[in-house]
Amino acid sequence: MTAKTLYDKLWDSHLVRQEPDGTALVYIDRHLVHEVTSPQAFEGLKLAGRKPWRKDSIVATADHNTPTHDWDKGIRDPISRTQVETLDANIREVGAKAYFPFRDTHQGIVHVIGPEHGATLPGMTVVCGDSHTSTHGAFAALAFGIGTSEVEHVLATQCLVMKKARAMQVAVEGKLGRGVTAKDIALAVIGRIGTAGGTGYAIELVGSAIRALSMEGRMTVCNMAIEAGARAGMVAVDETTIDYLRGRQFAPRGELWDRAVAYWLTLRSDAGANFDKVVALDAAEIKPQVTWGTSPEMVTTVDGKVPDPAQISDPVKREGAERALKYMGLAPDTPIAEIRPDKIFIGSCTNSRIEDLRAAAAIVKGKRVAASIKLALVVPGSGLVKRQAEQEGLDRIFTEAGFEWREPGCSMCLAMNDDRLEPGERCASTSNRNFEGRQGAGGRTHLVSPEMAAAAAIAGHFVDVRKLV
Amino acid sequence: MEKFVRREGLVAPLDRANVDTDAIIPKQFLKSIKRTGFGPNLFDQWRYLDHGEPGMDNAKRPLNPDFVLNRPRYRGATVLLARDNFGCGSSREHAPWALLDYGFQAVIAPGFADIFFNNCFKNGLLPIVLPADVVDKLFREVEATPGYRLAVDLENQSVTTPDGEEFRFNVDPFRKHCLVNGLDEIGLTLQHADRIRAFEDKRRAEQPWLFE
Ligand code: SF4
Repeated sequence: MTAKTLYDKLWDSHLVRQEPDGTALVYIDRHLVHEVTSPQAFEGLKLAGRKPWRKDSIVATADHNTPTHDWDKGIRDPISRTQVETLDANIREVGAKAYFPFRDTHQGIVHVIGPEHGATLPGMTVVCGDSHTSTHGAFAALAFGIGTSEVEHVLATQCLVMKKARAMQVAVEGKLGRGVTAKDIALAVIGRIGTAGGTGYAIELVGSAIRALSMEGRMTVCNMAIEAGARAGMVAVDETTIDYLRGRQFAPRGELWDRAVAYWLTLRSDAGANFDKVVALDAAEIKPQVTWGTSPEMVTTVDGKVPDPAQISDPVKREGAERALKYMGLAPDTPIAEIRPDKIFIGSCTNSRIEDLRAAAAIVKGKRVAASIKLALVVPGSGLVKRQAEQEGLDRIFTEAGFEWREPGCSMCLAMNDDRLEPGERCASTSNRNFEGRQGAGGRTHLVSPEMAAAAAIAGHFVDVRKLV
Repeated sequence: MEKFVRREGLVAPLDRANVDTDAIIPKQFLKSIKRTGFGPNLFDQWRYLDHGEPGMDNAKRPLNPDFVLNRPRYRGATVLLARDNFGCGSSREHAPWALLDYGFQAVIAPGFADIFFNNCFKNGLLPIVLPADVVDKLFREVEATPGYRLAVDLENQSVTTPDGEEFRFNVDPFRKHCLVNGLDEIGLTLQHADRIRAFEDKRRAEQPWLFE
């Protein structure tokens, strides 16, 4: 038998049928649903007189539009409220395995609550009308974002029509330095291959540095696979995966658990499996990363400088860099350590899990947010993360330092609620996209790890967190 | 969905790489629960000088005269010429909805982001990949020639310039079939309902924990 990649195994085990040209019908096990990309799909389903195929595959929550403070006052923005109420109504009508509506104690960012409830399991196909669905690949699931038409397609048929991607292996060997995190691996990979480098590929992350990561860290890396252009990122199952899942609400139990684990442990690439492309990074060489531009590939190390576009030979890249620097209000050759954020955002499906908050709190503990920082926000990824953090006293560490401690949601990752940057404001953000206007019109985003964001909050400018830990 | 066989129209050049879906349709407009009405807010933050919010009267907002789509010569364009990695970022299908609602029927670029590329086909917007040097050449011609139009022939898989120069493009046969015939993909999939059910039964037997 030929050696298979993890991606081959996941693909083959979900193939319902395939045309000679490779167009395939792929079965979907888990359908995550949120309020922004689903209303038109539910409406389409209804208009066509179709029934949902398998409602117990659906796990839904409201996260993108929900406010992060004054929950007792409800959602003030009437358009956001309509969208959230539309989701409530749709789930009431269609049904779901689980729904965590606005203000539910288990509500949170869709990519945080799936794994923490054990609703994401190894060997599954997981889809959501959200590009960061790649996060769930950390569990050796084939997980990818889809558009609203595809949401409707999955609701109606439990399948998607697609073609197999090519397989890329990203190997990160060695040991990460102190203060260097999964987020830095993700940004370093994107810096290397570019935001289109993974287009058309499913990426498997391998190597001792990946195996050494917790599930939280693996989720952070897989989350950012989409920023490298890959729809899916994935990591093989090992004991870390199994340990994380044991006892989770929707994970199997008893005899079924044993059967499941035996199967899950086969979810790894066979020795000698063929990848279409291989990229290797040395973990020891990765430094804390900071983006300087308006695309995640516009990234450098904390001890580096903003580039000088005049030194870039490719004309399209040069023009892109010039435009980015203008938008970001940065001069060429500015040292990263001299960049002074106005706001700090610790949150998003990339970095809002308990470990992220612990790591940031460890930097902040006993210190004060710099006077020049207008707002420092911590937005836990879910109600469960929030409660766990409060039990550990992390909320007090943050609030005593001058951070605001908020209710869970997407918040300033995309600023659909009222957490946002004002024009010209600069933010150190643990989220995943630094596009123009992403965190608010005219806002300027620098993507960093939670530790780096926390350190910048205290110092008032970016600092090399390796010197602090 | 409307059939897409052959279209011909005015071309507008958007000369920047990595145009993301946040730029195509900013998030404040994603609060809508409809599929239509996004056209006036296509490229909102580039197109207008003020900050756009849902519910504003877009006809009264100050236009950015430097933005390419605001130049009179590109008014009524139906073909968008773009650079590499067009449509990167979020999965929002509001991006193709906004492009269609504005009037675009095809986008030509050296490369597209995956999810956006898929979303286009589901809505009858044709994304065409042409080699970077060809796209370069088209940019030069569009900018040099007011009223520049291209003919896009999906059946024949070709783009033809006013001079009669023809460039072929690849398209997935299944997607082409759906677009050319205006087919509903869900209906097509449901023709295989028995296969799906059989697959599901087998899966339930093998991995019952997925169906608890
Ligand atoms: S946190 Fe940000 S990236 Fe993640 S799902 Fe929410 S909006 Fe998307």
